[in-house]
Amino acid sequence: MVTPTPAMPAVQAFTITLNIRRFQPEVDQEARWQSFDVEVYSTDRVLDALHKIKWEQDGTLSFRRSCAHGICGSDAMRINGRNRLACKTLIKDLDITQPIYVEAIKGLPLEKDLIVDMEPFFAAFREVKPFLIANSKPEKGKERIQSIANREIFDDTTKCILCAACTTSCPVFWTDGQYFGPAAIVAAHRFIFDSRDDAAKVRLDILNDKEGVWRCRTTFNCTDACPRGIQVTQAIADVKQAILRGRR
Amino acid sequence: MSVATAPRAAKTITRPGGTLYRGHEGMWSWVLHRITGVAIFFFLLVHILDTALVRVSPEAYNAIMASYKTPLMGLGEIALVGAILFHALNGLRIIAIDYWRKGVKYQRAMFWTVVGVWAVLMAAFVPRQIIMILSEVPA
Repeated sequence: MVTPTPAMPAVQAFTITLNIRRFQPEVDQEARWQSFDVEVYSTDRVLDALHKIKWEQDGTLSFRRSCAHGICGSDAMRINGRNRLACKTLIKDLDITQPIYVEAIKGLPLEKDLIVDMEPFFAAFREVKPFLIANSKPEKGKERIQSIANREIFDDTTKCILCAACTTSCPVFWTDGQYFGPAAIVAAHRFIFDSRDDAAKVRLDILNDKEGVWRCRTTFNCTDACPRGIQVTQAIADVKQAILRGRR
Repeated sequence: MSVATAPRAAKTITRPGGTLYRGHEGMWSWVLHRITGVAIFFFLLVHILDTALVRVSPEAYNAIMASYKTPLMGLGEIALVGAILFHALNGLRIIAIDYWRKGVKYQRAMFWTVVGVWAVLMAAFVPRQIIMILSEVPA
């Protein structure tokens, strides 16, 4: 006889309210709030709730998501007034006695519902030359050697997934779209402090601009918003210091 | 297709907005720094103008100075001192964030230190100022 496995305690489902800031460019002149009641489990994430709405209630709801596991950086959105990844925000960590407010990230042109035009963000990213620029060739068939200590210097800024949560949490970026923004500076930091790279001077010159690192007003919103836990304001401070000293 | 020919103009009308961003100490200290900074600027503007008046007409200068000695202006001075103290102390915090190696790490603690020192200094100033205000009230 097969002994019956002890029944798992049933996971309790409960109903939450999501207020989503909708914008359908075909019909709406302006963004509007729409309320949805959705049944979720405490193990669910905000992304699961959005999926349930899209699949079961309103197929027109639009949002970006790819990996759904906090790596691709597609689903950054403003959840209860703070930039978060929908796939990394558990429902149980939010106050479910109140409606949960979900809206697009701020400061980039709104395209549809929770989708913004990311192009200005990527343009700033490209401008800081986020790739290795080395003047010397490594020994044939060998890699470029780097000590553990030298790798450690820029370890934090290698974690960036380009979700734009930091840049769109920055009050300076909201009002001044020309500002490079925290993410571009993080990307620059990753190469400026890389001992194998030879173009630190070039990147420091780019960021020593009126719209460069000096626009940072140290509000620390970016550090708080980063889903990867990057100390973004610290990285910007490192770049400021490197510019002042004239070396990395 | 109606979707394909939807007016693109709608996009330019709509700007992203919505709820107030819920930042922490860093953001609110920056907001307060801006507000107190602008307020102090306008005070200094008026202050330079009224002080410059003494060279134009000492009588007019005296008249204006007398008009400042009212209870309402006394309360305004409390607000002014509060704004200047916060702006000065938080300015030191920002300098520490920029130039002290561990400034970024301790910014939150430094903010509450600023608030604490501000409260102590205001606690010393406000009672004295209230006595001054009451002495100006015509008996």
